[in-house]
Amino acid sequence: MVTPIPYQVFVKEVASEFRTRYALNALLMFVVTTLTMVVFSLGDNTVPYEILSGMLWIVIFFSAMSGLSRTFVTEEERGTSLTLRLLTSATNVYIGKFLYNVVLILAMSVFIAFAYRLIIDDFVVRSSSIFWTTIVLGGIGLAAASTILAAIIAKANTKGTLFPVLAFPVLLPLLLTCIRATVLSVEGAFFSEAFKDFQILVSFSVVMIAASVIVFEYVWND
Amino acid sequence: MKTALKSLLVLWLTAVIIAGIAVPMVKSPSGPLEFPVIPGLEEKARNIFFHVPMAWTSVLAFFMALYSGVRYLRSKDQDHDLRSVSAAGLGMMFCILATVTGSVWAKFNWGSFWNWDPRETSIFILLLIYGAYFVLRSAVEDEEKRATLSAVYSIIAGVTVPFFVFVMPRIMSGLHPGSLGDEQGSGPVVQMNMAPNMLVLFFASLAGFTLLYLWMLSLRVRTARLEAVTNTIE
Repeated sequence: MVTPIPYQVFVKEVASEFRTRYALNALLMFVVTTLTMVVFSLGDNTVPYEILSGMLWIVIFFSAMSGLSRTFVTEEERGTSLTLRLLTSATNVYIGKFLYNVVLILAMSVFIAFAYRLIIDDFVVRSSSIFWTTIVLGGIGLAAASTILAAIIAKANTKGTLFPVLAFPVLLPLLLTCIRATVLSVEGAFFSEAFKDFQILVSFSVVMIAASVIVFEYVWND
Repeated sequence: MKTALKSLLVLWLTAVIIAGIAVPMVKSPSGPLEFPVIPGLEEKARNIFFHVPMAWTSVLAFFMALYSGVRYLRSKDQDHDLRSVSAAGLGMMFCILATVTGSVWAKFNWGSFWNWDPRETSIFILLLIYGAYFVLRSAVEDEEKRATLSAVYSIIAGVTVPFFVFVMPRIMSGLHPGSLGDEQGSGPVVQMNMAPNMLVLFFASLAGFTLLYLWMLSLRVRTARLEAVTNTIE
C-alpha cells in the first residue's frame, strides 16, 4: 500500500513545521495581538454587529496573509524546491501544499472565531450552523487563492509586502460574501437564507482550485 | 486602405460623440433624430453612450491580456507578453475613464461621487487588479519570469472577474441601473429595450470604442516591439 504523493507532501509540510513551529507561533502571536487591538479600540462602546462581522474577517484575512505568504518562500530559502521538483510532479506539490494550508487556515480561523466570540460580548451568533459553515468554506477559499499567490510571490524578488496587494482583489468576492453570511448568522437567519452565499463560496473555491492546478505547473517548473 | 479605415473610424466616433451629446431628448419623439425621455434619468441617460462602452472596453482589454497571457504560457514567445502588457495598459486607461465618467454621473444622479454601490465596488476591484498586475511586473527583473508570473496572476485574477461583474451586483441590492435595488425608471436602459434610435447609437458607440481600442492596441504593440529590439541592440 503506497500512500498518495500529495499526502506525503502534506506530511512533510507538517513535519517541517513542527520542527521549528515558527509559522504556528508567529501566527498565534499575530492573532493575539490583532484581537487585543480590536478589543482596545472598541472599548466600552456598543458597536453594530455588521461592523463586528466585518472586523472578524479583517482579522482572519490579515492573519491568513501573514501565515500563508511563506508557503513557498521557505522552499526557495532552504533550497529544497529543486529536490521537491525532482521527486514529484507540480500537481502533487500543489495539492499537498494546499491541504496543509487548508488545515492551517481552518485551525487558525476556528481559534480566531472562538476567541472573538469569547472576548467581544456584543458579538452574539444566533445561528451557529451558518456561522461555522461560513468559517469552514471561507477558510478553504482563502487557502485556495493564497497557495497559488504564495507560489507567485516566492518567484518574485520582493517577498513579503506584495502578498496582500496581490491577494486582496482576488479574495474580495470571497470576503464580502463571508461578511454577508456572518451578518446573517448574527441576525439568526435560517440556513436556507444563507444558501446563496454558500453557493458563491463553494463555486469560488472550486474555480480557484481548478485554475491553480492548471497554472501552478508554469510557476513551479520555471 | 488602412488609412481610409482609420479616418472612417475617426469620423464615426466624432459622429457618435456629437449625436450622443446633441440629439435632443423630448417627451414624445417624432422622428429618429429625437430621443425619448427616460423617467429618473433624463439628460443624464446620455452617459450610456460613453460610460458603458468604456467599461466594456476595459473588461475586453482585461480578457485580451488574459488570453495573450495564456498564449505566452503555451508558447513562451515574448511577443505574446508584449501583447498582454499592452492590452492591460490600455485596459487600465479605459477603466479609469469609466470610473471617472461613472463617478461624475453618480454625483448628479445619486448626489455623491462615490458611495460603494456594487457596480462601483466591482470597477474599483478591476482597477486594483490592474494595479496589482503592474506592481507585480515591476517587482520582477527577469523578462521570462516576469512574463510567466504576470500571465499566471492575470489568469488567477481573471477567474474572479465573473464574480464581480456578474454575480455580486445581482445578489447585493444597489442603485445602478439594472441592479436589483433599481426598480423604476432606468430598467429599460440595461434590459436593452430602450428606444430603437438610442439602441443604434449605443451599439455604434460600442463598436467605435472597441475599434479605437484595437487600433491603439496595435500601435502600442508595435511600439513595444521596437523598444524590445532597441534594448537588445544596446
